[in-house]
Amino acid sequence: MAGPTEYLPKTFRPRVSTYWWLGRWSYLKFILRELSSIFIAWFVILTLLQISALKRGPADYVQLQEWLRRPILVALNALSLFFVVFHTVTWFNLAPKAMSIRVRGKPVSNLLITAPNYLAWLAISAAVAWLLLRG
Amino acid sequence: MLDVSSHDVLLVGGGGAGLRAAIAISEADAGLSVAIVSKVYPMRSHTVSAEGGAAGVIHPDDSLEEHIYDTISGGDWLCDQDAVETFVKEAPEELLRLEHWGCPWSRQEDGHIAVRPFGGMKKTRTWFAADKTGFHLLHTLFQTSLKFSAITRYDEYFVTRLLINDGCVQGVVAIELATGRIQAIIAKAVILCTGGCGRVFRFTTNASIKTGDGMALAYRAGAPLKDMEFVQYHPTGLPFTGILITEAARAEGGYLLNKEGYRYLQDYNLGTPQPKPVLRSMELGPRDRLSQAFVKEQEQGRTSEGLYGPVVYLDLRHLGEKVINARLPFVRELCLKYENIDPVKELIPVRPVVHYMMGGVHTDLNGATPLKGLYAAGEVACVSINGANRLGSNSLPELLVFGARAGRAAAAFAAGQQAPNRRQILAQALDEETRLHDQFLQKSGGRERISTLRDEMQTTMEKGAGIYRRGDLLTHTAGKLIELQERLGSVTLYDRSHVFNTELVSALELSFMLDVAECITHAALQRTESRGAHQRTDFPARNDERFLAHSLVYRQTDGRPRTEYLPVTITRWPPGERVYGR
Amino acid sequence: MADRITLKVTRYDPGRDHEPGFQTYEVPLRKDWVVLDALNYVKDKVDGSLSFRWSCRMGICGSCGMMVNGEPKLTCATFVSEYMPGPVSVEPLKHFPILRDLIVDISDFLEKLTKVKPWLIREEERRVVDGEYLQTPEQADTFRQFSMCINCLLCYAACPVYGLDPLFTGPAAIALAQRYNTDSRDQGTNERLDILSQHDGIWGCTFVGDCTRVCPKHVDPAGAIQQYKLTAAKEWIKSLLMPWGGR
Repeated sequence: MAGPTEYLPKTFRPRVSTYWWLGRWSYLKFILRELSSIFIAWFVILTLLQISALKRGPADYVQLQEWLRRPILVALNALSLFFVVFHTVTWFNLAPKAMSIRVRGKPVSNLLITAPNYLAWLAISAAVAWLLLRG
Repeated sequence: MLDVSSHDVLLVGGGGAGLRAAIAISEADAGLSVAIVSKVYPMRSHTVSAEGGAAGVIHPDDSLEEHIYDTISGGDWLCDQDAVETFVKEAPEELLRLEHWGCPWSRQEDGHIAVRPFGGMKKTRTWFAADKTGFHLLHTLFQTSLKFSAITRYDEYFVTRLLINDGCVQGVVAIELATGRIQAIIAKAVILCTGGCGRVFRFTTNASIKTGDGMALAYRAGAPLKDMEFVQYHPTGLPFTGILITEAARAEGGYLLNKEGYRYLQDYNLGTPQPKPVLRSMELGPRDRLSQAFVKEQEQGRTSEGLYGPVVYLDLRHLGEKVINARLPFVRELCLKYENIDPVKELIPVRPVVHYMMGGVHTDLNGATPLKGLYAAGEVACVSINGANRLGSNSLPELLVFGARAGRAAAAFAAGQQAPNRRQILAQALDEETRLHDQFLQKSGGRERISTLRDEMQTTMEKGAGIYRRGDLLTHTAGKLIELQERLGSVTLYDRSHVFNTELVSALELSFMLDVAECITHAALQRTESRGAHQRTDFPARNDERFLAHSLVYRQTDGRPRTEYLPVTITRWPPGERVYGR
Repeated sequence: MADRITLKVTRYDPGRDHEPGFQTYEVPLRKDWVVLDALNYVKDKVDGSLSFRWSCRMGICGSCGMMVNGEPKLTCATFVSEYMPGPVSVEPLKHFPILRDLIVDISDFLEKLTKVKPWLIREEERRVVDGEYLQTPEQADTFRQFSMCINCLLCYAACPVYGLDPLFTGPAAIALAQRYNTDSRDQGTNERLDILSQHDGIWGCTFVGDCTRVCPKHVDPAGAIQQYKLTAAKEWIKSLLMPWGGR
């Protein structure tokens, strides 16, 4: 008769590869969205730098602006803009998933939940643009 | 070494009946320890596949009396009428209880339960959860069972034998599939809830796990199997997968055509073809008559020879894509998704397929078998409420009503029992462990393949014990089954692993199926009359004088079956002509 | 159409092998054959030792989930002919420990399922003689989608979070919790929230969304989880604003 050790369950747990997120677009998208937080952090730091330069006076502010014109920083900001937009869009598209709204028993269509988000975004962007561009 | 554990009540099988029984035990006495031993995770059980619904009187213009009568007449007067009465009375409470546990029954606008009409039932009384009633019922029961801490599950344990001490069933031997460990699980009472045995036949709606395990376990332990000759067919299954194409496809106007494109049912006294469907005529005739017409067409060479044997065709093409999508979306989905056939453009090959076993382990109203300590409920059991032919939507409430009753009865029995004598029982368990090793795991030199034997069994069953039976063919099948039993002795396993040896499981299932097949054949041979689902071409009439009785098949010491008869319990409804409902 | 196709199937016997490997089999290619039929052909005619789970072959029992060419699939609903000219790789569901060949250990899921209390919770249970809880078809509709889960676990195989952190409760279990939360008859939302708002509960989800994409029953677990997050956040704000208000 067989001994007890023969019956020990022994499972194999495959290791998750370090590059698991490269294999599939949805995984890559997910990693990119996670990554976007770094760029959002950069925008926050940048805003803080601008405020501190403003506080130190016009000369410092001009110097900061000079610095920001360097190609590397323009590139960084463009990339950051891309990631922030990416994050925003995926976040808005998520809204109908999180909110299951029903009017008179019928589920409200996804578009109706997503659209106000985009409209609000557009309105706020327009307001900011007006503030910046009017002078 | 052998592992041992013990409980108060043990259930073999975790489908609808098993889970309902487990909950009933816990509700009756929370102190009792309950074990569910199942070869699959409970939510994989075959209850999951039931589509139609569950009958229970709830509508104001319906009555218990009418449900009772429909059931008895549908069963061709072979039902025990006291059992039917109990069943019909308790079915609505059971269905309501399930509602209280969260079952998503379909509703009327006002929030009450909705019921719908169903073949054979003259009043609207079928509760349903969309077209997935069995699925919702099973998952509701399973999820509800999770809240009872006294229930221990042995998921993916295959029971190979009942343990009997002093004439009393006191546990089982089971293989833990994940490790191959053979284990004795001791209990004061055992309830079999393993379902049917459709896999004995080649063409069946039954899932691959429906191999008659519980029937064979009880039979080998000495309990009789009752009314095994009554096997229900469904006239329109897909030949390859056995997937059921619901009656609705014909009710919406589908035609049944033979290989010449001819609506052959008009030749079988089932009315004349009309462009629109007519109740009770042609394609909407009774299920068994439709299945029988198929056999006659086949005999005349007017069925088509498909990849999987003879077929006729269900034609929905004239209904058009719009109607099919609107009224029969599930039919189209099943065809497209699982067989790659598009009913909008193609003929659907169909044939009669085995659907349900009316027979099973002989029990009383409380699920008790003649063996002390052994109970059975659900399709594995025969109480009997289904008689010679089960009405659609009676099987789901049956497993609830009698699952609960068996659970309560077993709980009461277990509460009054002493702890089993371990030494006696362990000796038997060790014997079983040795048998499994000698017969399968450590044996070499055999030449037979499991799949070959299985195919031969299914073929001979189809031939001899199919829709139409005849004495000489049945005798031939009985002989063939004995041959297969012998050949089973020289089966070879390629798989010698301890871990998840599915080949060992297949071998054990095959041996269970062969026993059950022998019982079906033997009972069918002895019953020299035609009644309900049992049709003998050599004895075409019903014979109440001799056969208003249940067959009871016992296993003899040489392993062969022996049939006795037990009169049917008739209370208030004397036998009449069987009237076909729609 | 060619008449044969090659299957590349994972084999693993823990008693013999250190790690899983592949074995190839040539099988007939038929229009109505799904991957599961091809596996059964191998088991019946070629190699009886190949192990896998299956039962209903109609997409409702949830047993036969495997990775087919790297995608989690119900093998009973995946035609071999879709993978012409082959070869088709068949592997056990990702992210679960492999027990044997194509069979994975799913006991972890069952523990998680039990933890989220997937049953109807009532403060006071109604007696059966008092009839059913009323529920309009609209109310029934709100949770119907989540109630369609067959526990096939394709969603766990698709979820990278579960792959990286096996403690994560995971899509199906959360969807089933949400099935009861959104059932008008249930009163257990807060009880379940206490369990699911823990770190390994809903907050593990980073909304990859693949669980919803692979679900053969259109349950949308990703949606369930996001709904849950919203509820949890609202409850948190409520408790912040009104610390005295008991729930």
